[in-house]
Amino acid sequence: MATRTARRRKVRSSTRSGPALRKVPTGIEGFDAITDGGVPAGRPTLVCGGPGCGKTLFALAFLTHGAKIGEPGLFVTFEETEQDLVDNVGSLGYDLHRLIRRKRLAIEYIRVERAEIEETGEYDLEGLFIRLDHAMRSIGAKRIVLDTIESLFSGLSNTAVLRAELRRLFAWLKDRNITAVITGERGTDTLTRQGLEEYVSDCVVSLDHRVTDQISTRRLRIVKYRGSSHGTNEYPFLIDQSGIAVLPITSLQLVHTATSQRISTGLDWLDEMFGGKGYYKASSILMSGGAGTAKTSLAAHFMDAACRRGERVLCFQFEESPAQYVRNMRSIGINLERWMKNGLLGIHAARPTLYGLEFHLATMHRDVDRVKPSLVVVDPLSAFTGASAGEINNMVMRLVDFLKGRNITALFTHLIPGSGMGAETEVGVSSLMDTWILLRNAPPGERGGRHLTILKSRGMAHSSVSRPFDLTNHGAVAEVEP
Amino acid sequence: MKRRRARRPQDEWILRLYTAGETTRSLSALQNLESICEQHLKGRYRIEVVDLLKHPQLARGDQIVAVPTLVRRLPPPMKRIIGDLSNENSVLVGLDLRSRARKPKEKS
Repeated sequence: MATRTARRRKVRSSTRSGPALRKVPTGIEGFDAITDGGVPAGRPTLVCGGPGCGKTLFALAFLTHGAKIGEPGLFVTFEETEQDLVDNVGSLGYDLHRLIRRKRLAIEYIRVERAEIEETGEYDLEGLFIRLDHAMRSIGAKRIVLDTIESLFSGLSNTAVLRAELRRLFAWLKDRNITAVITGERGTDTLTRQGLEEYVSDCVVSLDHRVTDQISTRRLRIVKYRGSSHGTNEYPFLIDQSGIAVLPITSLQLVHTATSQRISTGLDWLDEMFGGKGYYKASSILMSGGAGTAKTSLAAHFMDAACRRGERVLCFQFEESPAQYVRNMRSIGINLERWMKNGLLGIHAARPTLYGLEFHLATMHRDVDRVKPSLVVVDPLSAFTGASAGEINNMVMRLVDFLKGRNITALFTHLIPGSGMGAETEVGVSSLMDTWILLRNAPPGERGGRHLTILKSRGMAHSSVSRPFDLTNHGAVAEVEP
Repeated sequence: MKRRRARRPQDEWILRLYTAGETTRSLSALQNLESICEQHLKGRYRIEVVDLLKHPQLARGDQIVAVPTLVRRLPPPMKRIIGDLSNENSVLVGLDLRSRARKPKEKS
């Protein structure tokens, strides 16, 4: 036993002094991935951003995760009282009371109110050090959060003393090998108002909360990470009922492994048009057409077929509620309800204008990673009209890459405005798709209610005729070929 | 309501000086405090010295960050003065001792 701990200690110290930086996970979904392991162990990390950007939540997630993995943490709050903090984050899924009871977490509320303090003569902040030391000892803290230590500057007037003491504080934490997250409010020209980045130079994370066209997007960027590689992009992140998550949406490389496995479209006649075998698995399929050309119905056939094979399906609906969608599909003989009941089919409905593109993409990522479907349907892609074509293109490309990377088949429907006679999809996403199906209403005088044409389908022989079909109460039925 | 309350709370001053070890700064703060009290509060004050190195748990209750910190616990409201108390004027202002000393003079 003794030798084992000794050996472990030895390994630890050698990694600390060695070239490889030891990191500790924050437990924030995605953040640990883009930093290749989390924040630097035993060192301070600065998290900065404007008001309401999620700094406190980031810090709290870091602590609660530490509490779970045997690294108790102290939360030092300069702005909210203990009770306010516990209440405010309770709604976000953090049960701080439980962690406090189990001595995994402690909160130290430090209030420095200038109006209540008279300064006369020399002083230092030893009182702060003693309090932190005492609180950390009480739980054996390995992590600490200082939120927001810059408040000291508004409470005390002697900035020379404050700066010297802050420098001493960060050195003191490093000496104790405490992993710290220090939050700071964004200044006008600087990352933080008081230039904390000058003291905390190991790892700096910037959070941002932007509202464009009344749609809010949260972003995270690693400004600097000494001695470590890290993603340099701005990553969208979410704050919802289950806390905070960063979404690394980066893969723009074409490295997916191509499969030759084929899957049924759910319709015999359509399979036939694809050489009798259907779509490629993990390919991307675009179904475009005017209003009422059965895009959604054909997508439902495909989903139904996947569920029949026992595969999980995730459908993102941007125009109908799940109940309405299920009812409409029942009218053409497709029973989706049973798949929803047995958990194979999940329909996530949201208004496209509810969030920005990034946020939609981000939630899709998250849902896909949770549900792990083999088929994802986005119905319709054209619902995202607010953003520019370039942005939509970018989003679809990232979504396609993401799904392919996970070997998931993706079907997008797309509404062509007007009569649907024009073949061009205004999004220009067709080039990203492996298979492109055009649907249109039959012109007066021609047979059939609707026509289906395969405009392209990469890597397979396919029919190029325009196939008439009708929607009946037992699904989409093609007319017998002449 | 018109009846005057007993003046007792005002008569009794409880001052607590927080220090961290016996540093020259904390010793001079205590000396400065004692001499001010002898001049202005003779016979009606009590000084408690709290060494936070020995009683770290006491720092939290009075929200101590800087040392030395002088806390006027009585009479209310609570007042905080930080520093070595070398400037007598601002200590008196901080303790509300100046205005308190003047008023009776103006009345009489």
